[in-house]
Amino acid sequence: MGRSGTGKSVLLKHIIGLMEPDEGQIIVDGQDITKMSAKELLKIRKRFGMLFQEGALFDSMTVGENVAFPLYEHTKLSEKEIWQRVREKLAQVDLLGAIDKMPSELSGGMKKRAALARALALEPEIVLFDEPTTGLDPVMQLNIGFLIKKTQQQHKLTCVVISHDIIVARATADRIAFLHEGVIIAQGSPEEIARFPHPFVQEFWQTLELGSKEVGHEERPFEPGT
Amino acid sequence: MENPVELLGGFSLRLLREMGGMAVMFVQAMLYTFKPPFRFRLLLKQMEFIGVKSTLVVLLTGLFSGMVLALQGYYGFRKFGGESLLGATVALSLVRELGPVLTGLMVTARAGSAIAAELGTMRVTEQIDALWAMAVNPVHYLVMPRIWAGILMLPLLTILADVIGILGGYFVGVILLKINAGIFVAKMRALVELSDILNGLYKSFVFGALLTLIGCYKGYHARGGAEGVGRATTEAVVISSISILVGDYILTSLLFS
Repeated sequence: MGRSGTGKSVLLKHIIGLMEPDEGQIIVDGQDITKMSAKELLKIRKRFGMLFQEGALFDSMTVGENVAFPLYEHTKLSEKEIWQRVREKLAQVDLLGAIDKMPSELSGGMKKRAALARALALEPEIVLFDEPTTGLDPVMQLNIGFLIKKTQQQHKLTCVVISHDIIVARATADRIAFLHEGVIIAQGSPEEIARFPHPFVQEFWQTLELGSKEVGHEERPFEPGT
Repeated sequence: MENPVELLGGFSLRLLREMGGMAVMFVQAMLYTFKPPFRFRLLLKQMEFIGVKSTLVVLLTGLFSGMVLALQGYYGFRKFGGESLLGATVALSLVRELGPVLTGLMVTARAGSAIAAELGTMRVTEQIDALWAMAVNPVHYLVMPRIWAGILMLPLLTILADVIGILGGYFVGVILLKINAGIFVAKMRALVELSDILNGLYKSFVFGALLTLIGCYKGYHARGGAEGVGRATTEAVVISSISILVGDYILTSLLFS
């Protein structure tokens, strides 16, 4: 979490190797990806899934073709097996009915869910989310947040989420890191962060809580089936 | 007011950087040609878009170019009784120059702009980042098929433009201006050599590579939302057009010397 312009998206892009650091290391499962060749980096990326802020669905393909894309590129599955998995992933995000729709026909929430299905197509170990609920209405924010938590628990994923949404943060996060001017100034569980004695962290956290109370959010934990 | 030396220096550095960037992209695309997956379906799709769908505009361009060449040429040749040379002149002008150049310019306007806009939109909506994130090299997936489609289709389109241009010239010269058909064709056959046609086609290979490479490069590096995409598209068309004209002079002096 952090204010706009502090480098959250940049950090995420560094983790997956979309950007190169000026200095320092990025270590994924004991391997320093900053020292990898392009070939090794492409191999590591197959272990990741990434959900971009606006979904980044390929607009010349249908939803189904988008989800099938990484399967065609990186697996030797048959046509039948690929589409079976596509239907599986879309059913998990409750988007099976949109399998033949083009991205331009989808709402914001549907685009994010389609992008999530695509990010999960190769059954990655690590999934990165760049502001998955920004720009969505509060009900959809809750739904997406719940979906992320459910997916993480079901598939035992490591998820790195960038978010301004306090409901999503408090209910889905095991750990929260606060970024301020390019530096992580606090790390801990949501309860620890809420008590962290740094003026910026306190100001940010209280502003988020105030904002969420004013639009009528209630604090409640996620429950399956809601 | 900016120092003119600084302006010139800045412009030169930007030009060198862009030319270098394009050269690197071209070499990468050529190397990826031989690397699996071979992207054959994508190549066919691009050949259809760049080639097949440009057919009508190229035919119209060729036809009217041939017709106006014949019309203008006739009035010049008539001054010294050289009307019999009209057929050869129209044919030579088309196969050596106007066929490849006008085809290149029309395909730039149609397909070059579309390539820059498509890749630019993909860039600003993070679709290119998404390709990288899914371990798919965007130069392999997007750029390579488009460049090869340009290289393969421009010569074919140029042949179409040449043929229909010559037919248009025949129509104007023989049917409308009443030049003897036998002489019109005989002089054409006598004076147009295979090397004229082939050199024109070599030019079109180069123009095909240039317009697709520049469109891809500009789109790939677009920044700044819709305005950035618009700017990339405009620059792609302008730079491609200038490159074709400059390249035409260079190739003409090399091939026809």
